Amino acid sequence: MSETQTTDGESPTGGSPSGGSSTGSFIVKVPDVGEGVAEVEIVSWSVAVGDTVSRLQTVAEVMTDKATVEVPSPVDGVVAELGGAVGDVLLVGSPLIRLGLGGGAEAPGAADSAAAKAPPPERPPRSWAATDDEVETDTGESAEAGTDEVDDGGSAVRSVPHPPGVQARPHATGAPMSSDEPRSPRVTSASVAQGLAMPPFRTLEGKVLATPAVRRRARDSGVDLRMVGATGPAGRVTHEDLDAYLADRTSSGLAAGSPTPGATVARVARTGVTEQPVVGLRRRIARQMVASTSTIPHITYVEEVDMTALEELRATLNNRIDHRDPPGGATQARLTLLPFLVRALTNVLVDFPQCNAHLDDSESTAADGGGPDVLTMHEGVHVGIATQTDNGLIVPVLRHAEAHTVWSAATAIAELTEATRTGRASAEDLSGSTITITSLGALGGVVSTPVINKPEVAIVGVNKMAVRPVWNELAGEFEPRKMMNLSSSFDHRVIDGWDAANFVQALRAQLEQPALLFVDPIPGGSS
Amino acid sequence: MTEAGAEPTPTQVLIIGGGPGGYVAGIRAGQLGLSVTVVDAEPMGGTCLNVGCIPSKAVIHAADEFASTRAKTEKPEMGISLAGASVDLAATMAWKDDIVGRLNDGVAGLLQRAGARIIAGRAELLDGKTARVTTDDGEVLTIAAEHVVVATGSAPIELPHLPFGETAFGAVISSTEALALQEVPERLVVVGGGYIGLELGEAFAKLGSAVTVVEAEPQILPLYDRRLTMPVGRKLKSFGVEVLTGARALGLDPSGLLVEVGGADYGNERRTLPADRVLVTVGRRPVTDGWGLENLGLTMNGRFVAIDERCHTSMKHVWAVGDVTGEPMLAHRAMKQGEVVAEAIAGEPTVFDARAIPAIVFTDPEIVSVGLGPDEAADKLGADGVETVEGRFTLAANGRSMTLRPDQSASPADAGFIRILARADNHLVVGIQAVGQGVAELAAAFGLALEMGARLEDIADTIHAHPTVGEGLAEAAAAALGHTIHA
Repeated sequence: MSETQTTDGESPTGGSPSGGSSTGSFIVKVPDVGEGVAEVEIVSWSVAVGDTVSRLQTVAEVMTDKATVEVPSPVDGVVAELGGAVGDVLLVGSPLIRLGLGGGAEAPGAADSAAAKAPPPERPPRSWAATDDEVETDTGESAEAGTDEVDDGGSAVRSVPHPPGVQARPHATGAPMSSDEPRSPRVTSASVAQGLAMPPFRTLEGKVLATPAVRRRARDSGVDLRMVGATGPAGRVTHEDLDAYLADRTSSGLAAGSPTPGATVARVARTGVTEQPVVGLRRRIARQMVASTSTIPHITYVEEVDMTALEELRATLNNRIDHRDPPGGATQARLTLLPFLVRALTNVLVDFPQCNAHLDDSESTAADGGGPDVLTMHEGVHVGIATQTDNGLIVPVLRHAEAHTVWSAATAIAELTEATRTGRASAEDLSGSTITITSLGALGGVVSTPVINKPEVAIVGVNKMAVRPVWNELAGEFEPRKMMNLSSSFDHRVIDGWDAANFVQALRAQLEQPALLFVDPIPGGSS
Repeated sequence: MTEAGAEPTPTQVLIIGGGPGGYVAGIRAGQLGLSVTVVDAEPMGGTCLNVGCIPSKAVIHAADEFASTRAKTEKPEMGISLAGASVDLAATMAWKDDIVGRLNDGVAGLLQRAGARIIAGRAELLDGKTARVTTDDGEVLTIAAEHVVVATGSAPIELPHLPFGETAFGAVISSTEALALQEVPERLVVVGGGYIGLELGEAFAKLGSAVTVVEAEPQILPLYDRRLTMPVGRKLKSFGVEVLTGARALGLDPSGLLVEVGGADYGNERRTLPADRVLVTVGRRPVTDGWGLENLGLTMNGRFVAIDERCHTSMKHVWAVGDVTGEPMLAHRAMKQGEVVAEAIAGEPTVFDARAIPAIVFTDPEIVSVGLGPDEAADKLGADGVETVEGRFTLAANGRSMTLRPDQSASPADAGFIRILARADNHLVVGIQAVGQGVAELAAAFGLALEMGARLEDIADTIHAHPTVGEGLAEAAAAALGHTIHA
């Protein structure tokens, strides 16, 4: 009977099979990466069936809503089965990969004996319980059981930002198997082959055995010596061990293929192709774009806005932030154009409620025709801020923009976009917008055709601001003015061109005369 | 000009205390481009330089010279005989003060070269960023600092029933006053048989005092094992020092110190030890008063200010180094902390991560210890099921040691030894100790061995120069490996 053990990948130090047996198989489960993530998508496999993997070698990259995570193998073994294809979505706790243990022809014992010699792990492995009860090789069955198991243990792990041994980093799907982050504890492959490397010896105080010079170099390089395999006498980390670790880190960081410095570049025809599966966030973006453009008849309206006065006001206010007296107090982000644009939107949308809405078109787009669609107009203005991340477009949401001051909106937007770029935005931050602003800043171009963030019905695109000559009728001459175009798209099913144009003109009026941004509406009438 | 009430003087780093921790932090911080202000009422150098390590070594060396000289007036040694010997302690102290003064100036010069400002005065922290400094000239300054380093050091512990000061028979003094005596006291009673009491007691015995040491524990130097302390005890005896262990100082009476000598041998006898001076050396306490600790509310570690591995206290940008932060209260620990704290403030990724802090007793013979002793090794390693091996080499068999001893008829045990302790499984050295003449200088080699993670083979296979006392280290390592040559 074959013996199978399971792990959710949280215990990279505890990989030896129970019962002294070195045969059987071992299931690596999808790790719980915390924060209520229930499923992950397989971004890439680092190994294939039949490959030999060493303990702590990365076997797969998986992605959640927020981060891409490398999953290391907790044991040595041979890949027997993969839990899915790239792009598959797996539940946390379900089998990710099945490894055959021992019995292989490939240098058995080298790393095993290193592991056996190792001092006890710093923390006892947490998730090895129930291995006896979970003797199962059928991956389909174990999905359920595995999920339960993780749920049971989940609360104990929640306080750990990332399970040890699992390296999370902000989305970076384009660079599989590369990371600038410190790696999981692992023994460099070269030294494993020699059968010499072992975890560094710890002194009684838990300090790593290494000379002061090695310790200083490690600190200066940001290396935790506990992570470095030791080949020195008595488990001492040597300069060479540190060199190997640093080289390994550097080379994996360059794996994406930087050109060798100083190499002569010849002009040659390039014939290679690269196939990149559209997975993860990119796939989500693709679906959303198709849904939007295949159902929404877009009308895009472009108008130019004289930003000179607003820019003067903005400069004055930012100067105040910079020279506050006394300095200190609450952190105030400098004002970009966005908080003013948000303010203008919240003022104008009072008169154009149909632009701050969700259109549920499930009835009219259903195969059997169906009943009437519903346009839900919101009083609260939840502004989506289209944000470019390393990984692609994400739209965090400034909730209840109408309740923000320009100041608080500036700070909130800065925090939101930063959280989004660094992968820390919560699901809450990323959903529920009622209208969206998209801006590429200096890359904004002259005109754009924004795609509506379905089920919303309007999106305001901000183009590049530039000083342009504008004819001044009164003075009879051209004047340099700071001009900027707004390119806005509307869902023509529910918004007529007339309303779209009036909406944009109202926005323009607010922005060209910034005092209007802060003036209360005329009692009993529209502005 | 008084700056009270005026704009605070800004500095990036304010260091309270110019001792080994404070002045090293100041020099290093200055080297790293930070603006530094060091405040101390005393000349730069702290306890160590002014009233501790340096002056005591000067007095101890003078006492050795005098004892060696006087011995040759009684009978020839190494073929040398002398007609007479006398000591003028005031002149000895002037010589010592000259050394201290030169070093004071040297430290101040180093600080100034690093761009640090030195203020002679007392600092009181009003909060974690502001200090009120009362200068020795009576000015009151307000200093606003980005970072504060508390380096206030330690002070001799005063016993309630033996307050420092004049008495009917003479005076009760601390080590500070002992190092400033202008005459050799005829009868000196030392309360406390730790390293400070024994170093000074033995020195005054060599200078001619009749010395009695009163120690409450069953042995002198309670922190060291008996094997190490035995040669010191025998040498003390040879200089006529009476050592009363298991003895309690009860208080003063008109002629000296009233003690109760415990144990069955003595039947809890009470008696008076006549004295001209009673030197109290029962330990040192961290200086946690007088600089505004109460205004900061720092987290404490017992009686010490609690710090992390970067010497950071519980308050942001408030750091602490040296004796005020804990045991061992040793200058070289403080100095390393001073470097660490300066680099940490400058944003460097530094930590205090020493594997070993050597400790030395400058008695005759000297004792040096680095790492674990035999009992600690058995306790700590034994708890993990790890056995230890021990190698010992007697200095009676060391040629250089013999040439340092005028009298070869003394017991070989008095010559001392070098001892090394290692893990039995991988021979990693976990402790090295020695007792003997001149072994203090071996602390460098001992510390390096531990810090580098040496194994017994590393030491045994290193060629040690002949003829030196240090050869004994390689012999001890070889002994632990079972193949010593010269023993």
